[in-house]
Amino acid sequence: MRYETDVVVIGAGGGGMAAALSAYKSGADVILIEREDETGGVLNQCIHNGFGLHYYKKDLTGPEFKETLQEELERTNVRVLKGTFVLDVSRDKRITFVNSNGIHEIKTKALVMTTGARERHFNSLGIPGDRVSGIFTAGVAQKYINLQNLKPANSALIVGSGDIGLIMARRLHLEGIEVKGVVEILPYPGGLERNVQQCLRDYDIPLYLSHSVTRVEGKNRLSKVYVSQLDGTGNIIPNSEKVFEVDALITSVGLIPSVKPVEFVKTGPGFITSNTNQTTEDWIFAAGNCTVIFDLVDYVAREGEKAGKYAALYAKNEYISQEKITIKKGKNINIIHPSYIDPNQATKLYIRVSRVFQKAEITIEPLGIKIIEEEARPSEMVEIQIKPFKDNLCKEIEVSAHELG
Amino acid sequence: MNLVEYKKKKIICTNCPLGCKINLVYADADEVEIIEAQGNRCKRGLEFAKQEITDPLRVVVTSVRVEDGEIPMASVRSDKPVPLRLMEEIMGVIRQTKVSAPVKRGDIIIENVLNTGANIISTRTVNKK
Amino acid sequence: MVAVIGGGIVGSLIAREINKYVEDVYLFEAKNGIGTGVTKANSGILHGGYDDPPGSLRAQLCYKGNRLYDEISRELSIEVKRIGSHVVALDEGELAVIDELEEKATRNNVKEYRILNRDELFEMEPNLSENALSSFYCPIAGITEPWEVAIQAARSIELNGGRVFKGKRLVEVAKKDGKFELSFEDGSTYTADLVINAAGLYADEVAKLFGDDVPKIFPIKGEYFLLGKDVRYVNSVIFPMPSELTKGCLVIPTVDGGFLAGPTAHGVQSKQDFSTTRDGLAEVKEKTLKLIPSLDFSRNVVKTFAGLRPESGGKDFYIDVGTDNVIHVSGIRSPGLTAAPAIAKYVTEYLIEEKLHINLEKRQNYIEHVEKVSHFVETDFDYWSKAIEEDPEAGQIICFCNKVTKQEIKEAIRNGARTIDEVKFATRASFGECQGSFCTSKILKIICDETGLRPQDVLLNEKGSWIIDSEVRSI
Repeated sequence: MRYETDVVVIGAGGGGMAAALSAYKSGADVILIEREDETGGVLNQCIHNGFGLHYYKKDLTGPEFKETLQEELERTNVRVLKGTFVLDVSRDKRITFVNSNGIHEIKTKALVMTTGARERHFNSLGIPGDRVSGIFTAGVAQKYINLQNLKPANSALIVGSGDIGLIMARRLHLEGIEVKGVVEILPYPGGLERNVQQCLRDYDIPLYLSHSVTRVEGKNRLSKVYVSQLDGTGNIIPNSEKVFEVDALITSVGLIPSVKPVEFVKTGPGFITSNTNQTTEDWIFAAGNCTVIFDLVDYVAREGEKAGKYAALYAKNEYISQEKITIKKGKNINIIHPSYIDPNQATKLYIRVSRVFQKAEITIEPLGIKIIEEEARPSEMVEIQIKPFKDNLCKEIEVSAHELG
Repeated sequence: MNLVEYKKKKIICTNCPLGCKINLVYADADEVEIIEAQGNRCKRGLEFAKQEITDPLRVVVTSVRVEDGEIPMASVRSDKPVPLRLMEEIMGVIRQTKVSAPVKRGDIIIENVLNTGANIISTRTVNKK
Repeated sequence: MVAVIGGGIVGSLIAREINKYVEDVYLFEAKNGIGTGVTKANSGILHGGYDDPPGSLRAQLCYKGNRLYDEISRELSIEVKRIGSHVVALDEGELAVIDELEEKATRNNVKEYRILNRDELFEMEPNLSENALSSFYCPIAGITEPWEVAIQAARSIELNGGRVFKGKRLVEVAKKDGKFELSFEDGSTYTADLVINAAGLYADEVAKLFGDDVPKIFPIKGEYFLLGKDVRYVNSVIFPMPSELTKGCLVIPTVDGGFLAGPTAHGVQSKQDFSTTRDGLAEVKEKTLKLIPSLDFSRNVVKTFAGLRPESGGKDFYIDVGTDNVIHVSGIRSPGLTAAPAIAKYVTEYLIEEKLHINLEKRQNYIEHVEKVSHFVETDFDYWSKAIEEDPEAGQIICFCNKVTKQEIKEAIRNGARTIDEVKFATRASFGECQGSFCTSKILKIICDETGLRPQDVLLNEKGSWIIDSEVRSI
């Protein structure tokens, strides 16, 4: 069967639902596609709070955030296709998908990719040891415990102090699983400070900074994890080895943007987009974790809204991007998003610094923007607003950070 | 003169999105007295900080067993923060609780848990199987 | 009844071959899955047969086996990709070894090869190290998925009246009225007229149960990296110059688009030691980067793993009759995968018929062809759409990375898969980049729904590899 629409949104997580809503509100006909049987993406399994502080001015849990968006969506005529998997996106704007009703095609005018990210797996780290069961990504452990009522362990070590690792440390502990510690390769935690307090310190779960897993052992099921301390240059300190006797290793070692099945736009590794969420292909927009990894669903939802709006405008021929000003990463900047700007539109710039600062001054030149961020760290995104500007000579702007004191 | 121990603590306020990082110096005697606070951008932050060092409060987030539902668990939360020191006990009460589908988001699962004044409410809808 | 001990590629192909003549063939596998031992963790290469020691049993059976794979591919509906192989000379000194290879090829009667100069080589393999000078190119070399061959062969046996048993480890053999009484660890016993011992790493121990001695097996570990599909590193199998002990650390395309780097070759103490090591993995990196400098070990690794080779002193296959009606197939190291179909014919046509004087007659109603296990994503949309019309679950994607549907997973379970790994190897679910992060919990649920197993009972692979301990909240 062939469908026709103005805007297709692929991925109905926090970003996608917001994008679909926003495209609808901007007057477009929208089809929202989701490969799982439920909308909401990871929000369904993130049962902790801290969501919506910016977006809804409320402190919500993941499911509450999702249901609020879901209810808004149900009041529109956006067509939501669940249990539907996109097989192909072609250059001539055809989206091919499969579900239990068969294989079908949509001819669209614009596409919004809100396909999120996947977790890096322990297997890809190349850490030596036995081939055992009991090694889970934090998201999988979360799914088992929060959605399926299944307890995958009796004792655990968490690798990676990113937010999801910290959240799962608390969750496992409160469900009676002995969490023996969180191991972090860097000298500072990977997640929000708030989570280090409320997930680890509250429960006396030790955090081992500058430590790395060197070996896993077990006979068919994990039984031991070997961990060593690292020095300033990332080398193992001799005789620093600790052994943890646990039957589960829960990993939170990074998220990787999911860009498939779009093969023909620039990625690095997520979709490279402008401040209007446009990719290098005019009609394809992208928002959320499939562009860069965000800290909060609030930012993702806002980005989704923006992408939906511009996609709808594009579909109506009411948005044509003109010039593109490149944003360059200056000193001490690790991540910048977006990668370039249409200066006629406003910009929400998201930055991650590349190291910990006591007091960082972040500057954007030649626009003359300076902001100060106390205790800036790589794990916490900094948001900077840039108003539309007209500077015909400006082809590039540079963002840098330095220590103020 | 009594020698009072001065303690230092860094607190992240969770009242609003600003998430101010508050550096405290306080005296921990019969009553806690804040000597110095730095980093809060409003008065609520100061109140939060004081609460945090006397009797920290936390929102409970966990799940409750659902019978006859599309899925076996409903995620729940306390509708107000409760004392951290009661967390294990509250978890114990929640573990013993089960509800029958359908459950709607916002339904009160346990009223006034352990007399804290907080209700345990459902954070998602679970339809009947 | 003819019993075959060992459900790896060798055992299952032998059992299948005999099954063409005898209906009552019983295949006994000790582990929880077919093809999960030596068969599962190797390079997947069908060698050209040019470089085995001339006159050895290896040499005799390798080329023959290579040629038989087209027939195997058709009959068992498995994928064989004839991508060719290069043995690459990285300096002037190694050029002389190419001449040695040519000489061996001639003595082994292998005509399918060419010596390539630098230009020809780089046209075929642009990502080779700058140091590459020339290669010994063999166009008949190829790759396959060894466990798939074993699984399909096992299905073929069941299709034709034979039986396949998993989780049965042979512990004792007694002779009774001229027949073998086979006792298994789970307490079951079976009586067989003829037994083939193809027990892989344990073939020497199984031989002892029959009172026979075969060359002792000592395990040689090989460690590998599996790299992802995003970058096309090489088009053929890339070998460095061979050494005494091993063919070296290679770069090998896999059937589904990934790349293997490895293996190392180091002796280990235990036949159960499948652990990867820091030094082993470092060695693979160092050696393969010499061949293909662009291999991205920091961002493109999907997983690492180790396999064990059943090596013996003579470094050759030991395939011979034992005392009475037992045949021992032992020490099947490289090129075991390639030789496997030829080994099956050698055992049946030579050892059983000629040496044991057992008359074999082809069965009339034997069904040669085994249907392909459905991988809908590899078919065209018309075929797939029709399948969905008949069964909507053929349209429900469970493994996102490899687009494996619920129907395929259920089919694997209907065909006997009970563990996560068995479903994985039968369907390619969980093989992809996310390594099962999105689909494992769903596969677990489907196994429970289809088999009645509780989550606590579902294993990853072998006994003890539990995944779930209990419920979080009980009723």
